[in-house]
This record gives sequence, C-alpha cells and structure tokens, in this order.
Amino acid sequence: MTALTGLLRELVKLFVDDGALALAIIAVVAAAAILAKLVPDVSLAAGAVLLFGCLGVLFANTVRAGGR
Amino acid sequence: MSSSLAVLWPAIAAAFLASLVEAVEALTIVLAVATVRGWRPAGLGALAGLAVLVAIVVALGPLLDRVPLHLLQFVIGVLLLLFGMRWLRKAILRSAGVIPLHDEAMAFAAETAELREQARRHEARLDWLAGLTSFKAVLLEGLEVVFIVIALSAGRGRLIAASAGALAACLLVAGVGLVLHRPLARVPENTLKFAVGVMLSAFGVFWTGEGLGVNWPGADFAIVAFAALFLAISGLAVVLARRPKAEVLP
Repeated sequence: MTALTGLLRELVKLFVDDGALALAIIAVVAAAAILAKLVPDVSLAAGAVLLFGCLGVLFANTVRAGGR
Repeated sequence: MSSSLAVLWPAIAAAFLASLVEAVEALTIVLAVATVRGWRPAGLGALAGLAVLVAIVVALGPLLDRVPLHLLQFVIGVLLLLFGMRWLRKAILRSAGVIPLHDEAMAFAAETAELREQARRHEARLDWLAGLTSFKAVLLEGLEVVFIVIALSAGRGRLIAASAGALAACLLVAGVGLVLHRPLARVPENTLKFAVGVMLSAFGVFWTGEGLGVNWPGADFAIVAFAALFLAISGLAVVLARRPKAEVLP
C-alpha cells in the first residue's frame, strides 16, 4: 500500500512540482477556455490569452524564484 | 506536406531528447542496483518495469482512439503544459544557478549509499528491495517517455515517428550503459531539459488551443513560433534570475 501511495505521489510529481506554477497554468487555461466559450468567433483571443499567459506565468515564477 | 514536416521533426527531436534524459536517469538507478546487488535483481526489476509499461500502452492505446479529438487534444495539451513548463522552470533555475545542476555521478553515489543502508537493515529482503528499486525507476521514467510520445502525437498520426525517436534514445542509452557500466554523467542533461521543456511547452500551448477551438495562424507552423517565444522568454528569465554561485540553494 505504501509502495502504491509512493508511486501515485511520484506520478503527481511528474506534472506538479511547484504548486504556484501549476495553479497559475490552470488559471490561464481556465481564462482561455472561458474566453473561447464567450466569444467563439474570435478564437484567436483565447489563443493569445493562453500563449502570453503561459509565457507570463513562467517568466514571473522563475524570476521570483531567483530573487528569493 | 511541408506543414506536417514542420511538426514531425520537432516531435521526433523532442521525443528523442526527452527519452534520452529519462533513460539516462533510469540507467543510473539500475546501475546502482547492479553495483550493490548484482545484475539479477537489477535486470529482473528493469524487465518487470518494461513489462508493466508495455501492458499499460497495450491497455490504454486503443482507448485513446475512442476519445473525441478536441477533448484528447485539450487534456493532453494541459498535461503537456504542466509537464513541459515544470521541466522548463527547473532548467531555467538550474541555468541561472538558483538550484544545483543534476549530477548523475552524485545520483549514482546517493542511490548506491541508500541501497547499502537498506542492505544493513534488511539483509534478507535485499534482493526484493533492489529489484523493486530498479522496477520503480524504469516504470516511472518509462511512464514519462510514454506520456511524451502520446502527447506529441495527440491524435495526429505521429505516433510511429515519436515512438521511433523515443525508442532510438532508449536503445542508445541502454547500449552505451551496457558497454560503459557506469552512469552517463557527461550527458548535458540541463541543456537537453531546457530544449525539451521549450518544445513540450510549445506543443502544450498548441494542443490546448486546438482543443479549445483556436485556429492558430500558420496552422502547424505556429508550434515553431511558440517554441521561439518560449526560448526567448526563458533566456531572459535565466539572465534576470541569475544568482552568484555562492548563493545556490540546496
């Protein structure tokens, strides 16, 4: 059981290492998804939110980690 | 044709490089097990890990065809973003000197010491524990390879190309490891992780957007532009996050 729990924990860690980064990515995806739903005719707006949101959270997260 | 080639080569390269990193990490642990306890538990554990991986691929592979394409692209895209940006974050922080570089020789020494400590405590069960260590390493690193291959294909018929890239890397590492019998400490792991993180993040944005119904300008070529943007922003982040060597976090 402990081995299985350990394995599951390792699996989660494949995707989530820094919780703040993972949450920020999910928030960006959610914002893009909402925008894509609200204005489906301008799907590129959702794409822009997704792309620049991801670039922004990566940049902010790493620069902040460097300043700690 | 040229459009699909624009994504085919990055997909093969990403699968090859990512698998290279994972295979090197798995090899380090399998070699540590073999050094402390011999090739029998190391080899059996590794083979059991490979067998479970094959079973997972055989069981889950056909199910993927039943998932609607947009849903598949969205789910895989989000997972790829989480996975790729996690790799990229770590590579940026290592390049900037915020966290120490991964050292295969140190990882090998740590794993060997851990196994020797286990030997001291549980002599009778050691073969089993050693085999389990080898099994877990191959399974976990292998799952990352399987995920990357599936994610880079994402229902677009690139499964064979991405699989070939991954298989070539695994065979290369296994072959070199068998000949040298020591960890591949000279592989520039952080550079590889940086490159793969950039590519996986670019694919992640592309698939997530496709899943949301975004019509990317330039279609598949957009991935190349995304990768260039991720590379530029990551390079800038390395410069701004850079820390003198004395301040590197443990």
